[in-house]
Amino acid sequence: MSASPNIVAPARNRIRLRRSWAWCQQNANIVIGGFLIGLIVLAAILAPWIAGADPYAQNLANTLQPPSWEHPFGTDDNGRDIFARVIYGAQISLLEVFLSVGIATAVGVPLGIIAGMTGRMVDHVIMWIMDVLFAFPGIVLAILIVSILGPSLFNLMIAIALFAIPVYARLSRNITLGLKSMEFIEAAIALGVPQWRILVHYILRNSVGPIIVQSTLTAGTVILTAASLSFLGLGAQPPIPEWGAMMSQGRNYLGVNIWMSLFPGLAIMITVLGFNILGDGLRDLLDPRK
Amino acid sequence: MQGYILRKLISLPLILIGVSLLVFISIRMLPGEPARVMAGPEATQEAVDAMTVRLGLHRSIPEQYATFAISALQGDFGESIRSRLPVWDEIAQRLPYTLALAVTSYILAIAVGVPAGMLAAIYRNRPPDYIVMVFAIAGASIANFWMALLAMNYFSVHLGWLPLLGANSWQSYILPSVTLAVLPMAVIARMTRSSMIEVLSQDYIRTARAKGLPVSKVYWSHALRNALIPIVTIVGLNFGGLIGGAVVTETVFNWPGIGRLMVDAVRYRDYPVIQGVTMVAVFGVVVINFAAEMIIAALNPRIRFD
Repeated sequence: MSASPNIVAPARNRIRLRRSWAWCQQNANIVIGGFLIGLIVLAAILAPWIAGADPYAQNLANTLQPPSWEHPFGTDDNGRDIFARVIYGAQISLLEVFLSVGIATAVGVPLGIIAGMTGRMVDHVIMWIMDVLFAFPGIVLAILIVSILGPSLFNLMIAIALFAIPVYARLSRNITLGLKSMEFIEAAIALGVPQWRILVHYILRNSVGPIIVQSTLTAGTVILTAASLSFLGLGAQPPIPEWGAMMSQGRNYLGVNIWMSLFPGLAIMITVLGFNILGDGLRDLLDPRK
Repeated sequence: MQGYILRKLISLPLILIGVSLLVFISIRMLPGEPARVMAGPEATQEAVDAMTVRLGLHRSIPEQYATFAISALQGDFGESIRSRLPVWDEIAQRLPYTLALAVTSYILAIAVGVPAGMLAAIYRNRPPDYIVMVFAIAGASIANFWMALLAMNYFSVHLGWLPLLGANSWQSYILPSVTLAVLPMAVIARMTRSSMIEVLSQDYIRTARAKGLPVSKVYWSHALRNALIPIVTIVGLNFGGLIGGAVVTETVFNWPGIGRLMVDAVRYRDYPVIQGVTMVAVFGVVVINFAAEMIIAALNPRIRFD
């Protein structure tokens, strides 16, 4: 018996390793998506150490250079290092995702739960407002809001959050309606549990999974929309190293320097791809029908 | 079914009223005096006063909204601050270009997306399926303006095969419609694949094969016809996304459509134009979505609409 831990431990580790490998094979989307997003998050956190240059530092004697050892992605029209700007751009993109998705969740989820729990007039009014917001093509609504608030990164995030709110409201309303008829909720109501407690402990807790899946899928849309609006000059303003804004500058140098547009676009694709694949994987994992 | 149509018919004007209210309120939330902003930066006090009367800003808010809504219904969105032309004239001049681009893109997206999705379903979990799905996932993750820039750089600047900007010939349609088609193409391919996979496992397909029908007839006639409903849903309900994509694509290619009109209007703070384009775009999307829902309901009465 006393010798068993030494013999058993490697075997146990092997079993664990095999189980982990099997899980990774079954959930390849989560692994691939998680890896891509992990890369972007690492780039954002480690930007000051890996960028190798100041993303704002201009060098007018060294403009529009192709990739080289010194500047792996080349330099832009102001002689700034494109690699450093793409790496710092990850911070901006993740900030856009966290803030827009955060606002949309914080507003949309309570609205959906209230609509689902109260029903009748309140439900009709809330869902009417959501249907109205939903009727707008996302970019058109965002342009309308930005035209009122003025173009800036922060206003852009508010505009994007606004068109994402109905997605969360509809989702949480559907979950609430599904849960409301469940026996454990009826039992809690019958036992006299306060309504706020039912909302927080039963409804909200059971909504977390689908909301995380939705947020991962929405993140890709947020990045694409934010980049589109910054590209149009309606979001992040120069010299902020936002990927869409960088491409907008690169647009003037087609045929001369494609690197200014190529690398920020690649960064957008990798990030959106990561969120989309991760979202698909999480949806499959949490799908009760599987 | 009738109840469903009735509910939709009631909700349609309610949504349109909501949209007009949102646009009305948002313009009145402009920082500063709306009449001064709408009259333009160099307007005299008389012009501002005239704009106040024209916009009816001296009246009560409900009265203002009623005037705004009635004028909008008649296509009267006021005058452009920049060109001094009626906003509706500007929109009417550019709308055909946006519609032409949208229709070309949709035809392209369906013509490629549906066969690609079918191929993936027929060869499920085999190389053709993987190839189609990789393209479909990548297509849904690419910024269309990035693709536009790369395509312009290669086909227009380097090879000189296609026009760089504008809408002067049929060749001008190629790059904008291809870049705009990529996202719906990816979505349609994925949707076709999943609905075909479901249909291909049905008994009647097995029967069709068993009685010796040619394979192509089984796929194109039996399977595709039944897989069409989800495809129509995607095509109809994604029209809004296509219009959103057109805003960016038109700006990149200097395409004279309503998307570029809107972006230019934001740059010049031309609020009557922003208001007009927003209303026309959203009304168009709402009406097309409604039509799509009706077609879907007609195609499949078994669909439960809750």
